[in-house]
Amino acid sequence: MLRHLILLLALPAAAAEKIQFNRDVRPILSDKCFHCHGTDASHRKGELRLDLREEAMKPAKSGEIALVPGSPEKSELIARVILDQSHDDVMPPEKSGKPLTRAEKAILKQWVTEGAEYQGHWAFIKPVRQELPKVAGVEHPVDRFITARLEKEGLKMSPPADAATQMRRVALDLTGLPPSPSDLADLSDWSDKKYGAYVDKLLASQHYGERMAMQWLDYARYADSNGFQTDSSRQMWPWRDWVIKAFNENKSFDQFTIEQIAGDLIPNARRDQIVATGFNRNHRINGEGGIIAEEWRIENIMDRVETTSATWMGLTMGCCRCHDHKYDPLSMKDFYSFFAFFNNVPESGTIQGASNRSGGNSLPITTVTTPDQEQKLAELNAEMKQAQSKVAELTKQLPQLIAAWEPKAQETLGKMKAVWAPLTPTKVESKNGTALVKQPDGSYLATGANPQKDVYVFDAQLPEQGASAFLLECLTDPSLPGGGPGRYSNSNFALSAFDVYVRHADGKQELLQLKKAEADFSQKGYEIANVIDDGKRKGRRGSWAVDGPNRKENRRAMFVLQEAIAAEKGAMLLLRVRMEAIGGHNIGRFRLSSSSLPSDAVKLSGEPFSPALKLAIETPAAKRTPQQKKDIEAFFRANVPNPLKQADSALAKAQRAYEDFDRALPNVMVMQEGPVRDTFVLKRGEYDKPDAKVSMNTPSVLPPMPKDAPVNRLGLAKWLVDPANPLTARVWINRTWEKFFGYGISKTAENLGSQAEYPVHPELLDWLATEFIRTGWDMKGMQKLIVMSAAYRQSSKVTPALLKKDPDNRLLARGPRFRLGGEVVRDQALTIAGLLVPKIGGPSVKPYMPEGVWDETSKYGDLRGYKADSGEGLYRRSFYTIWKRTAAPPTMLMFDAPTREVCTVKRSRTNTPLQALSLLNEVTFVEAARGLAQQMMTRGGTTPEQRIAYGYQRATAHAIDADSLKTLVNGYQARLAAFSKKPDDSKALLSQGMLKADEKLNPVELAAYTTTASVLLNLDRVVTRD
Amino acid sequence: MKNTPFQLQDALNRRIFLRNSAAAVGTAALAQLNGAISFPNYAPKAKRIIYLFQSGAPSQMDLFDPKPQMEKQRAKDLPESIRQGQRLTTMTSGQKSFPVAPSMFKFTKHGKSGMELSELIPNISGVSDEICLIRSMFTEAINHDPAITFCQTGSQLAGRPSIGSWLSYGLGSLNRDLPAYVVMTSFGTGRREDQPLYDRLWGSGFLPTHHAGVRFRNSGDPVLYLSNPSGVGRSMRRQMLDEIAALNQKDFQAFGDPETATRIAQYEMAFRMQTSVPDLVDTKNEPQHILDMYGPDVTKPGTYAANCLLARRLAERDVRCIQLFHMGWDHHGGLPNAIKGQCRDTDQATAALIKDLKQRGLLEDTLIVWGGEFGRTIYSQGTLTETNYGRDHHPRCYSLFLAGAGVKKGHIHGETDDYSYNIVRDGIHVHDLNATILHLLGINHERLNYPYQGLDMRLTGIAGNLVKGIVA
Repeated sequence: MLRHLILLLALPAAAAEKIQFNRDVRPILSDKCFHCHGTDASHRKGELRLDLREEAMKPAKSGEIALVPGSPEKSELIARVILDQSHDDVMPPEKSGKPLTRAEKAILKQWVTEGAEYQGHWAFIKPVRQELPKVAGVEHPVDRFITARLEKEGLKMSPPADAATQMRRVALDLTGLPPSPSDLADLSDWSDKKYGAYVDKLLASQHYGERMAMQWLDYARYADSNGFQTDSSRQMWPWRDWVIKAFNENKSFDQFTIEQIAGDLIPNARRDQIVATGFNRNHRINGEGGIIAEEWRIENIMDRVETTSATWMGLTMGCCRCHDHKYDPLSMKDFYSFFAFFNNVPESGTIQGASNRSGGNSLPITTVTTPDQEQKLAELNAEMKQAQSKVAELTKQLPQLIAAWEPKAQETLGKMKAVWAPLTPTKVESKNGTALVKQPDGSYLATGANPQKDVYVFDAQLPEQGASAFLLECLTDPSLPGGGPGRYSNSNFALSAFDVYVRHADGKQELLQLKKAEADFSQKGYEIANVIDDGKRKGRRGSWAVDGPNRKENRRAMFVLQEAIAAEKGAMLLLRVRMEAIGGHNIGRFRLSSSSLPSDAVKLSGEPFSPALKLAIETPAAKRTPQQKKDIEAFFRANVPNPLKQADSALAKAQRAYEDFDRALPNVMVMQEGPVRDTFVLKRGEYDKPDAKVSMNTPSVLPPMPKDAPVNRLGLAKWLVDPANPLTARVWINRTWEKFFGYGISKTAENLGSQAEYPVHPELLDWLATEFIRTGWDMKGMQKLIVMSAAYRQSSKVTPALLKKDPDNRLLARGPRFRLGGEVVRDQALTIAGLLVPKIGGPSVKPYMPEGVWDETSKYGDLRGYKADSGEGLYRRSFYTIWKRTAAPPTMLMFDAPTREVCTVKRSRTNTPLQALSLLNEVTFVEAARGLAQQMMTRGGTTPEQRIAYGYQRATAHAIDADSLKTLVNGYQARLAAFSKKPDDSKALLSQGMLKADEKLNPVELAAYTTTASVLLNLDRVVTRD
Repeated sequence: MKNTPFQLQDALNRRIFLRNSAAAVGTAALAQLNGAISFPNYAPKAKRIIYLFQSGAPSQMDLFDPKPQMEKQRAKDLPESIRQGQRLTTMTSGQKSFPVAPSMFKFTKHGKSGMELSELIPNISGVSDEICLIRSMFTEAINHDPAITFCQTGSQLAGRPSIGSWLSYGLGSLNRDLPAYVVMTSFGTGRREDQPLYDRLWGSGFLPTHHAGVRFRNSGDPVLYLSNPSGVGRSMRRQMLDEIAALNQKDFQAFGDPETATRIAQYEMAFRMQTSVPDLVDTKNEPQHILDMYGPDVTKPGTYAANCLLARRLAERDVRCIQLFHMGWDHHGGLPNAIKGQCRDTDQATAALIKDLKQRGLLEDTLIVWGGEFGRTIYSQGTLTETNYGRDHHPRCYSLFLAGAGVKKGHIHGETDDYSYNIVRDGIHVHDLNATILHLLGINHERLNYPYQGLDMRLTGIAGNLVKGIVA
């Protein structure tokens, strides 16, 4: 049906005008014939090819000739398509479900009669700058093209929209925010100059970059989660900040492109240029258990190819992953050659350098710093260097230090006999009612019901020498499931934390930090290190579990304190063995011991030092082997109090400080070029079915890479924005046009391949594309050019006759009118309500969302238990809202946002009851209505008429008419009466949202105004920009 | 072709006015207006579908596919002649052995057909004469996320419309007060960490978003933002809507934008939903014997049983596509215990739904589908004991059943080998199942397409065949 419309628009007087292949014929052949008679050899029927003229003029398998130029009666193509629909030989065949219309048949016939000339696909031919049409009294280039076409149709543009409408339209389009009251107060002497100055002001606003970024995030499939099953958190907002800034600086589109595709490969790349490459790391990353990493590494690259080709070239290269393209001259070889550019990222394909459950950024990453942070890093680095030189200095004295200690060496070793001494508890109990029964060997056996979660409490006197580490032995027992050490049905257990408290003699209690944990076995993904809270994990922690080949054996784990507890009389150790991560995974039998050895001497096995070391010390100094000397030095340095040991620990501390600070800095995933991997065509697109080897190259149907461009991603980026590339500039212009006019000049803004709509104004599209390149890819400049046109500024009023002639307003005999995007609907409401916090950039925020938004469908990952922010996070612009791909912000989805799982270059624009419910009832909009009501009462005057007129003006940018005012005032009065009778209702309504209602205002009146403000925020003209 | 340009224009204009209006007509249904394609393509057997998705992959050999001969193979390694180099997940590919774990559960014959079913599902067994059991389903994916996405959208990767969205797009809605596609979810009690679900499973992909499934929520409003804010009653809401309509009407007169007229209609539907949805979910007038039929969970919102009862009520109100997702079937370890919990959740309510629809005459034009995203392995993941075993993912065969409109009753389709590892007869691919579901609803799956990125996209990709063997 789309195509019929195009025909109507494209063929005002088809019979009279000469057929143009690209405009008239290609859409028919492409949609209805190429599937079986096109580029894909494997699906070709009857050995007939219709995409190439010479081929179509050769006899097909049947011996017939499809095309005989000038002779439709001899052309088999015509003979077959004009057959009756019920005929067996009719083309396209019945089962294709794509019959030709009578008009289409007529076009084909006329085309053959006129000589059956072919043209290359219009979008693959470099745009040619045409002379501007001469139209009397029209100056603006855009208007000259539009008017010339309208005149041909016997139409003309509508008069300009009123000043307020122009102002609101352009403000919403360029910044996504409505004009301010002070802007609207200055509409007198409205002129091109004044309008132009307002446009400049909008383009200079920081909110311009936000509005532009909003759309770019859809293309880039930006999100704050990794996607797929677990969908845990990631952090890509520094890349989002880069995008906002780039738009605001009006970075030229070619540079904008090069930095995002290959910023890391620019010689001496700056940090911000590397951050820009986050574009191609915004794809999902799969961390599901049991996956084969290589399969998903391939998927990552597929995603990059599809996203890059769709974003910059409007091509659907993804089609060629399994077969040659059905419609476009793109082969599998083209696809995998393009793929090769993205194949060298040092990545495994799955979550890497982060946790599938608790989130984080997968490698490669780069940290992002502010100047202050850079300074702090430098200071910490200097401290580290200082500590290093101290160590170096003292290391020179090591032989003397050891010599001085030698006489006491034997004594020292003697003290270190037993590493682990079992603790004798004063109290052992379970927090969840498990009976812990003491066993003869000092262990405790859990019996009775197995609770979902448990904590074993174990209190003991602090041993005489203090304590530096603890040993937890998890022991098997015949009474436990499967005779293993755990209480879960499969013998497993999962330790979520091991807490060590000390209660000093004076009663003060403190939680001690663990330095390290070690176990003799860990299940994959449940490593013992998970048990240590190093401050990096947010929310849920991991756990230590022991499923695997040996799960029914005794297991031991040790926990070493950051700082040992010094000996202290009367102090108590309070140990807490926590099993709170996975249901029913409690430890069945356990024993606890402690050690007081220096932390480096403590060994899980229990041996403080090797027999070899003992022998080395007993050997006279002169007779020691070099290895023995080394062993003694290492032992001395780590375990015997001495100045070097102090320096070592000072250095370790300084290193830790540096690392902690560095780790806490935000980072972002980026592209990186590792060793070049071989790339192969993959049969059926499957990762493990390599076919012919290919190397990096651009699609053969398009111009080759520039001669001076390197053959890598940087070269690819340069090729994308090379003026010879016929697609990039057209794609950007077409989508920009879509943003301002509702539809692209070619309606299929997502695809400019052969199946693309032939542009309504092909010459205009090409003129703008060449102008974009000529102006040095000036994005702000091109947008100003377009919004300055009369076509953009005309009234959107439509008559039934015009609606009938051009329902989608492709010819632009009227101004564009359509519903605002979801983000803009909310941002506008917050602005009108005076609630918007206009801060630019930074981490994502958590506004109100429905209860259980993350929890009703998932128990995985760290993005659960959604809790809204309590401050400014509630009122930031919508595109800063945290985005979890598998459970995206529901209101945004209702207003047509994509899930951001894959690149989306076009949103649908629907009109549904769910949108109505959201605008009427969602707390965001109820609170916004109250905000507007408060302004109506405090700034709008004193009478209901004045106040409601003020509110209407704020919401719509227009003065209210008398009739509407009467309707609203009557409604207000009625509700005022209702709330007066039930003041509790007014309180209930005013209590919505985090902010308190203005207490200086009468609550009954405020509630009534709130309902009227809600009416205003729901008006069609408010959620629409006209 | 019979269209003249005038007819086309006329159709287009009507399309503009009808676009989404009261969601009464699917977009493709509008294609009828120009005579190009129309749905249904032929008299549908089913008017609506209730799809009971069992997320996590239920074990076929413990429920539907008896393999008594496996007792002799207990603990022996899975023969290479059976495995045939089959790809495994990395959860078990490192296992030293693949010990055969025969099902612990007894199978007995039921109904006129003598269908052998497991003791775990006595209630479903009780309605075996209504069931068309498929023992030969197979799929392509081996991990949950891609596999469930494949079942729902015909593609393992995100971005495609779900089956319910296709139905909404192709057939439109049958009623004025409720969405065309409703989704409900429940957690299982068999396994604590259920496999999660994702918005995309009922999403509209590249179809316009009003075709997306509306998920009924288990806490708060069943439909998001359904309730008025506290302090605003129904008559006050009516009054506010009247003011909105009055002003919108005025703008419609002034600007003539058909979208304004549509918006007026959508606000009216929203108002109707504020009554129709609470009425739908209010089950207090259901007689006790009906509640008893669905089991004790039926009064707990958000359980599978409660959702089954709502499914019946939605079917009564002519909602086109009703889909339940029950989580918790992913039993890598501790299967015997875990599967008991899952069956406790689902067996009685599933059977009750079938019986309840039947006694109301609704089973005649309602298609029911019960199944997961793939099968499970005969060999044990982890240690095999007398009383315990686990099973890994297995895409090469699994079981699923249909009931109701247009499918054979008391029928078994397909067969697997002794190890329930390979299909030996009548395999049904996911695309085939989806093609057949569309067929039963009156749609030729090759005709239901949508132009996107220059391609005519379909639920069944470029594959899928109608399975005549299961159609009555």
